[in-house]
Amino acid sequence: MAFPCAMVRFTAVGLRYPSPTAPQGVEEGPEALADLTFTLPDGSFTWLLGASGAGKSSLLRLMHLAQLPTRGTLEVLGTTVRADRRAELPALRRRIGVVFQDFRLLPYLSAFDNVALPLRLAGRSESSARPDVTEILRWVGLAGKEASLPQQLSGGEQQRVAIARAVVTRPQLLVADEPTGNLDSHQARRLLALLTEMNRLGTTVVVATHSEELVANFPAPSLVLDAGRVVHHG
Amino acid sequence: MARRARYARDPLGLRRALSDRLLPGLVAAMALLAALALAGSRGAEALKDRWQAGAAAAVTVQLPPEQAVQMDQALAVLRAMPEVQSAEAVSAARMKELLRPWLGEVPALPLPAVIELRLVNAAIDPAPLANRLSETVPGAELEAHGIWVSRLAALASSVQGVALAVLALVAGVAVAVVAVATRAGIAARREAIEIFHDLGATQRDIAGRFARRIGLLAAGGALAGAALAVPALAALSSMAAPFAGGEVMPWTALPWLDLALLPPFAGIIGWATAQYSVRHWLRRLP
Ligand SMILES: Nc1ncnc2c1ncn2[C@@H]1O[C@H](COP(=O)(O)OP(=O)(O)O)[C@@H](O)[C@H]1O
Ligand SMILES: [Mg+2]
Repeated sequence: MAFPCAMVRFTAVGLRYPSPTAPQGVEEGPEALADLTFTLPDGSFTWLLGASGAGKSSLLRLMHLAQLPTRGTLEVLGTTVRADRRAELPALRRRIGVVFQDFRLLPYLSAFDNVALPLRLAGRSESSARPDVTEILRWVGLAGKEASLPQQLSGGEQQRVAIARAVVTRPQLLVADEPTGNLDSHQARRLLALLTEMNRLGTTVVVATHSEELVANFPAPSLVLDAGRVVHHG
Repeated sequence: MARRARYARDPLGLRRALSDRLLPGLVAAMALLAALALAGSRGAEALKDRWQAGAAAAVTVQLPPEQAVQMDQALAVLRAMPEVQSAEAVSAARMKELLRPWLGEVPALPLPAVIELRLVNAAIDPAPLANRLSETVPGAELEAHGIWVSRLAALASSVQGVALAVLALVAGVAVAVVAVATRAGIAARREAIEIFHDLGATQRDIAGRFARRIGLLAAGGALAGAALAVPALAALSSMAAPFAGGEVMPWTALPWLDLALLPPFAGIIGWATAQYSVRHWLRRLP
């Protein structure tokens, strides 16, 4: 691809969280993210770096449409995200895989059902979903744990369930928020091999981390945030 | 595997978040009230129809047999009174017809001469009419039960109105109860709803899951309430039957159609209220 099209394009994006004390609709306080302008090409792999509180999670929430920018223009998967066209967002979200920093597994669902959830939400038939879920759980090393509830799994195992849930739909864009936080370095490298493999198959991947060891092992372009602004990209 | 299949159908965990005790119990109580109000309304309507028909001859005047020759005079006096709309003699043949069920064929019996009166309205006190008539025709008696019947018919109308107002109130309370239950369910599953949302579930999907669960619970509760209403209504209707025409047929007299419509109606109220409540709540998410 000579001119890879943009998977994610931020143009002068700002995000300001509403203050809990302000009346609804009134956004106060400093911007958590300010003046973000960058493009992630289709099929790219990007590290998202920055100190804790720099805004990595906020940026990823914008990218997977859990949050809308308070200013600027955000384009994801070739679609400009608009607050007045919310009906378009669920279909876009289903094409994006997300590994949340705090996993966000449903506590009353088995590992299998947690991983199967995005497929079910997308309307996939049970018979076609089942082999995919089984395969992806095996891929993340959780064969035999299908029936376990999250509380019966270790932190690392829960994280791998969250990762399996993010990739089971074979998303075009995969965003992962500190996905190796609960993994030992062997598991972390295994996970990264998994993410780079998905990237090799065409998925655009963005991974937030503050593990310099990981970044050193898997060199790739990085986007560095400091206090809500991009200080380095490339 | 059995558990997996169960959860697969309820990934929001609504079976536990929306208890199958409280909401159906409340809806059952309201369905029982609605059934009683409906039956009251239907019963009052039947009594009203019956009584209005019976009140057609609101007042009858009887002349003793020996005064039967005074019939024309009595008619003239009555027709001259401003309170009287019409006065008609009841023919001997019709009298026999009316009395046959009680007296059988008794050709020789001296029958009173009877006049049917219609008054200008049911509020008129018939006693002064009787006094004025008996001045001209001694022994004339005025029978005014029809007035009471028409007053009862008016009462039945009011009872029917009150019953319909109770019904509207019950429906309103049902909407409020379902809205509160839905909000409690949302609060209990807030995390899960947000996860669903972030994984790309549509409003329609999330609201539909709540609405189906709540619609089913409401319909089930209403079914129980309607079932409880059957024996109560059967007892009431067998007591009311003599007023409505004499025949005691509690099973056919019950408002079966109304009872059968209660569960689907409650289900629709539950479904629609839950849809609205969840969609309203989801507006806070992007
Ligand atoms: N839901 C929220 N409401 C208000 N402020 C928030 C919220 N989430 C994050 N912030 C603020 O935004 C800033 C960036 O946070 P975050 O994106 O979590 O950073 P990081 O993931 O890099 O640690 C912080 O100052 C944090 O306090
Ligand atoms: Mg973070």
